[in-house]
Parts: sequence; structure tokens; C-alpha cells
Amino acid sequence: MKILNILLSAFRALQRNKMRSFLTMLGIIIGVGAVIAMLAIGQGAEYSVKEQIAALGTNVLMVFPGAQQQAGVRTAAGSATTLTEDDALAIGRECPAVQYLSPGSAAGGQVIAGNLNWSTSIQGVGTDYLEIRQWPIEYGDFFTDQDVKAAAKVCILGRTVADNLFPESSPVDQTVRIRSVPFKVVGVLTKKGQNAMGQDQDDVILAPYTTVIRRLSHWPNLRFILVSATSLNDISVAQTQISELLRMRHKIQPYDPDDFTIRNQTDLAATATATTDVLTILLASIASVSLLVGGIGIMNIMLVSVTERTREIGIRMSIGARSRDILTQFLIEALVLSLLGGIVGIIIGVAGSSIISSIAKWPTIVTAFSIILSFGFSIAIGIFFGFYPARKAAMLNPIDALRYE
Amino acid sequence: MTSKLPTSSVNLNGTLIQIEHLTKVYQLGEVDVHALRGISVNVSKGEFVAIMGASGSGKSTFMNILGCLDKPTKGSYVLEGIDVGKLSRDELAAIRNKKIGFVFQGFNLLSRTSALENVELPLLYGATSNKTRKQKATEALERVGLGDRIHHYPNQLSGGQQQRVAIARSLVNDPSIILADEPTGNLDSRTSVEVMGIFQELNNHGITVILVTHEPDIATFAKRHIIFRDGKIKTDKINSSPNIASEVIKEMPMIDDEEEEAA
Ligand SMILES: Nc1ncnc2c1ncn2[C@@H]1O[C@H](COP(=O)(O)OP(=O)(O)O)[C@@H](O)[C@H]1O
Ligand SMILES: [Mg+2]
Repeated sequence: MKILNILLSAFRALQRNKMRSFLTMLGIIIGVGAVIAMLAIGQGAEYSVKEQIAALGTNVLMVFPGAQQQAGVRTAAGSATTLTEDDALAIGRECPAVQYLSPGSAAGGQVIAGNLNWSTSIQGVGTDYLEIRQWPIEYGDFFTDQDVKAAAKVCILGRTVADNLFPESSPVDQTVRIRSVPFKVVGVLTKKGQNAMGQDQDDVILAPYTTVIRRLSHWPNLRFILVSATSLNDISVAQTQISELLRMRHKIQPYDPDDFTIRNQTDLAATATATTDVLTILLASIASVSLLVGGIGIMNIMLVSVTERTREIGIRMSIGARSRDILTQFLIEALVLSLLGGIVGIIIGVAGSSIISSIAKWPTIVTAFSIILSFGFSIAIGIFFGFYPARKAAMLNPIDALRYE
Repeated sequence: MTSKLPTSSVNLNGTLIQIEHLTKVYQLGEVDVHALRGISVNVSKGEFVAIMGASGSGKSTFMNILGCLDKPTKGSYVLEGIDVGKLSRDELAAIRNKKIGFVFQGFNLLSRTSALENVELPLLYGATSNKTRKQKATEALERVGLGDRIHHYPNQLSGGQQQRVAIARSLVNDPSIILADEPTGNLDSRTSVEVMGIFQELNNHGITVILVTHEPDIATFAKRHIIFRDGKIKTDKINSSPNIASEVIKEMPMIDDEEEEAA
């Protein structure tokens, strides 16, 4: 039997039970739609993570104490004691490819202003920090080199902290108590929003790193050094210079591993992308389950259909249909169901993704890959779940099928 | 895509069907039902055979085996020199498609499928082009007097017309033999004679016809009578003066005309 004729008769068979065919397809529609939408969300997340990392400034390097672990994952960040203030000053002095540099220390804690309190992270940084991060002050001033030298008790508030501690008045020139140490607020940062990992970057207080080390963390070494290279092309030069300098200063023998880690934005991006990849796979797997359920729905309906149409099968066999004609007929019917469902599902998935984008303000990206994937998936499901019922029909004995009531 | 029709090894001048010691045993749980207990019979080309006998005597069982819809328990069945017992599923399908036309008591048309498409069906499973298929099917329907009903659906046709569609379907592939199991069983007497007229007309054109009936009136149109009893052939004799359906019908009352036309 010619494929066109089989297709035609498959369409007619499905048309006869419109409601049932539609409900069966619904399983595939929802499954494919969900897979497309979930992939779109995952890929949208990945895209926006990359965007934000790029926005950080691409010529920025971060130096951490402690050795680099496999796959770019560092455990116990900052636990090593190898990065000192002198290291930072030496980098600034001796690495020509380094333009700006900020030593970094950190502490967490409760911050009190009047009768309000807020718990946040306190970053100890240098005066070039905002230059490197390209993060302007909204009002007030940043602290000065003088403040750093003197370990002055001054601080800058991130937007979130300012909003929570000073909901009505201006925080500038007010006093906040960080772990009971009084700090004078000299400025407020502009809003920066979430970072690549989804953290609120404005939930932060910046203070001179000397002050944080001496008054708050009581940890003499640096948690990180933030560096910007003189230009984008100089990043690797800067990286090499810093690496060589630190190895020398730390007296690391050739072939021994670094006791520090230098990361650029590419590394950060890779880590973040890996995270969003996991997210994408997770979302898609959940959605695939519904696709699987849809496939089982097809199998169920095809089995019912084979039983209902046993006489028809008998009639067809009595006039010369071979097993493989019957097999193709039912297989094609299952395929048409899953393919139509797949196509509608793709349309709904694409439409759904853009609705999610506009309502939830999440970025979504529908790729050709995800469309091809789910299309292929629905074909596979049609064949896989259609085969058993089709075979069952094809293996009937002509006379038994004819006698079936 | 079509299976090759098995070719015959011997030429048996004029012999179409050779059946020897055919038995069929159905197993119903613990009980064995002996439906056929050793049938031996030959049928030649151009014969018109009526098989008669009491209900349960094995007529349908025999016809189903003749039609390659079922397999005998024992015995041999040679159709046009081909030993049917040795054929595969696909080869049997090809035989049913090309050599045999089967007409059932209950018509067995595909519902919600037009007369034309029902008749086209055997050609779909052969290797006929779309154009000749339509043409052949239309011709077959014209041959049974349904040229004006080709786009009707089975539920828009009377019983007699449905059976005529079934006959058109059985002859569309130019079979060597038409098998009909109680083709008039669901029809009134006038329509029955009309259907018999079609079979006689086909037989006059050289097609071998074997039909089952329990009505002696119907059997009078056949040229040979075989009577079954308890799975065996009781009598097998020639009917030297068969009735001519086209003449019988002229003497019959026309009471059923209205019903036919309304459908
Ligand atoms: N599928 C079957 N399973 C078991 N017994 C059957 C089956 N078909 C027919 N029989 C039995 O075989 C015998 C012959 O039946 P059948 O060939 O239909 O007779 P007829 O057509 O002459 O009335 C009967 O006794 C019937 O009950
Ligand atoms: Mg019977």
C-alpha cells in the first residue's frame, strides 16, 4: 500500500474519533510544550548569566588564596593564609599590566542604625574597588586612601542596606553599628541588581579593608585581591605577571602547584554556565516525564483502537492485506498522533516561552536545537509506543479477527 | 511492496481446486470439535457449486479454509496447482488478494467508507496505480448494477446493495474464484434472486463460484450441489437444469421495490 494512501486513511481513522484523538495528542502537546518552555527558560538563564558576567567588566582578575581545584571549583575559599596585604601592594608596584588593584577582606554581621537592624556582608576593599567594578556612588563619597591607611571607621552602603536601615532619611553622615563598632556612613552606592548567581549585589557594605581586618574580622590576611588589567588584551599578561610574582614571593618551587588562584571572567562564566546547564537539564528532564506519560497515552489509545477495529483488521486481511500493511497502518496512525501533537506542542511551547518572558520577566530563548530535539522525541515516541499495538494488530489471524465481536 | 504470488508447478487442465482428506478440529477447552472429518473434492474452472447442509455441518469451516482465511488441521488443499498448506502468511495474503474473492453473509464492508473506496481496497493492497484503481473499482460497481451509488456509504445502502458492493469488491481483482458464505442469508427472497443473478452472470463470464446456502431455492441456480453432513460430504451431484435468475425474477412480485429505492 502506498504511503500516501496509508497517511490518508490514518487521518480519516483519527478524524472519526476527534475528541479521543485530541485528548491523546494533548499528552504529547503538553509534553513537547513543556520541554520547549523549560529548555527556553534554562537557556535564557544561561544567556543572562553570561550577560551579567560580561557586564562585570571583562578585564577583571580575581586572586584568591588557596590552590585551584579540579574543574575550576575551589573548596574552602579563603581558608588558606597565603595572601597578604604586602602581596597586594607588591602586585600594584611590580606588575605593569595591572591598572587598578583592590585588596579584599570580608566579614559578616549584624548592622544596627537607630532601632533598625539588618544582617549583611561587609566587604573590606581598597579605594580602586569601585573603579574596577565600574560601580558609581549614588550620593556621598567613597572613602579615601587616608581612611585606608588609618583604618578609619567609615563605610559605604549598598542600596538594599540603605533602604532597609534608612527607609526615610538619607544615610550619609549617619552612624551605623557593625558588630557594635560604630561606623560613619559616607556614601550610598547605585543599584546594581542581582549577580550571575542570583545574589543581591546591593546587599553589601563596603569599608576600608584595613578597618575590616582590624576591627571586624580579626583575620590578618586577605580574602581576595581584585585587579583590572590595563586592557582586555593584557589580561593574560597580567595573569602571568601576578602568578610569577606571587610564586616568587611565596617561594614556590618549580613544578609545585600555586598556593593561590587567579580567575578571570571566562572561568567565572564557565562555572556559572555549568550551573545553568544543570538547571536546564533538570527542567528538561522533568518536562520529559510528561512527554513519556503522553507516549503511554498514545499506546493506550492505540490498544483500544486495535481492539475496537479487530473486525476491520479481519476484513482488510480477508481481501489481501499483509501483516506489514496492518502494522504500517497502525504505526502511521500512532505517528500522526504524536507528530501532530509534537507540532502543536512546539507552537504552544514557543508561545508559552514568550508569555513567560513577558509576564515573569524571565529571559527565555527557544533554540532550533530544542525544537529539533522535541520534534525528534515525538517521532520516537510515536514509533516506540505505537509499535506494540500495531504489532498486536498485525499478528492477528484473519479468521479470528473476522469472527471478533 | 507486494508479495509475489506463488506460481504453480503443475498444469492441471481445468482443475482449479483439489482437496484431499481435509479435516479441521477446533479445540474448545477440553473438548475437540471435529468440524470437518475428511473432505475430498475437486472443483474445475467455470463451475458454479452450491454447498448445502444443516447448520453446524462444517460449511463455513470449509469455506474459510478454501478462502485461505483459516488453515486445516490435516489434509491438502491445492489451488491452481499451488499447495496452499505450504505458504507463508504473506503468500496467503497475496492469494486472498489476487485469486480469491470472498463474500460474507454479513457483507463485511468498512463502515464510513464509501462504496467506491470499499471496492478499491483489494487494489490498494496490490500494486495498482491510483488512476486504474478508481477505474477498475467503478467498473466493478457498474457490473453489479451500482454505477449510480459509488459514493454512497454502507449505511446509506440497502442490504441487497451492500451485498452487491461486497461482490464488486470480491471481483475487482479478477479472481479465479469467488467464495460466498450464505451471501443471501440476510436478504429477502427477491433481492436474493437478484444477487444470484449477479453470480450467474459472473459465472457465465468464466468465474468459478462456490457458495454456501441452506435455502434449496437459492441452490437451484447452481450447476452442482454438494451436501455436507457432520463434517463430511453426503452427496455431490450435478444440477443439469439450473434456474436462470434473470427469468425467475420476472415472475416474482415487486413488494420490496419501495424499500430498495428508499435506501
Ligand atoms: N471457532 C470455532 N471454535 C470452535 N468450534 C467451532 C468454531 N467454528 C465452528 N465451530 C464448530 O464447528 C462445527 C461446524 O461449524 P460451521 O463450519 O460454522 O458450520 P456451518 O457453517 O455448516 O453451520 C460446529 O459444530 C461449530 O460449533
Ligand atoms: Mg455457516
